[in-house]
Amino acid sequence: MAINRDFIGRTYEFETPYQVGREKVREFATAIGDQNPLYHNVEAAQAAGHRDLIAPPTFPFVITYRAMIGAMGDPELNLNYAMVVHGEQKFTYSRPLYAGDEVVVDSVVADISVIGRNELLTMEQHVKTLDGELIVTTKNVTVSRGTAPQEG
Amino acid sequence: MAAAVSVPSFDSVNVGDKIGPATFPIQRINLVMYCGASGDFNVIHWNERIATAVGLPNVIAHGMFTMAQAARVLTDFVGDPSRVIDYGVRFTKPVPVPDDDIGTAVEVTGTISEKRDDGTIVVDLNATANGVDVLGKARGIVRLGD
Repeated sequence: MAINRDFIGRTYEFETPYQVGREKVREFATAIGDQNPLYHNVEAAQAAGHRDLIAPPTFPFVITYRAMIGAMGDPELNLNYAMVVHGEQKFTYSRPLYAGDEVVVDSVVADISVIGRNELLTMEQHVKTLDGELIVTTKNVTVSRGTAPQEG
Repeated sequence: MAAAVSVPSFDSVNVGDKIGPATFPIQRINLVMYCGASGDFNVIHWNERIATAVGLPNVIAHGMFTMAQAARVLTDFVGDPSRVIDYGVRFTKPVPVPDDDIGTAVEVTGTISEKRDDGTIVVDLNATANGVDVLGKARGIVRLGD
């Protein structure tokens, strides 16, 4: 069954704040095998002009993934999670994401389109401080395999 | 006293310059660690029985793990990762990771495709595993030093 087109333009607020922890930044950096001191050493980050450890460029996915699962779990959207693969991902920063930041996410269903037998669900997400300062905007394309409406 | 980070200057690079190649080995342990760090415990990243049952050649790396590896070509080059202000990829092919002592590897090369008036450069990334392109339209925008 096809994804519900009525959801284009809908916004989901993920209001439970996520606190970016120093140890989570270090754990994530270690998991990707990266010993860059600005991910691990607060003194090094501060010497480079930052107030705390920097989160790696793809770290925000840890936060947006949780918010996205919430939006995608809406039964009326009609997305079969067993059929999906990650198609595309993009991060556009307004400012660095730091350990200590406490953030919320809103997720906008930007587009639902068809390529062949697949459907593409494009979501735009905004990671913001509790005061509303935008930190990073992400674009995520999820491919739903073989669920496109049949012609005729 | 921590040393300051050395950031390449905008004037020191030219369109067409290569960054890398860099090779990033991937073994099963890396996927298990990434599951825990990212919170993405999808079974296709750690359970060979289920991965092969749904038609995959083997357990596959998280797309986001491969994306993170490719980003290291940018962050290692610029030193300060916060200078990577924009980064996007398409996931074109899965990266199977066999359960042996070798695993697999992703090889990444960057090419500077544009220098912009605002002091940023555009870097196009090519990422392959076993000679197959695994990312498409992989591109970062990096703010260099004065």
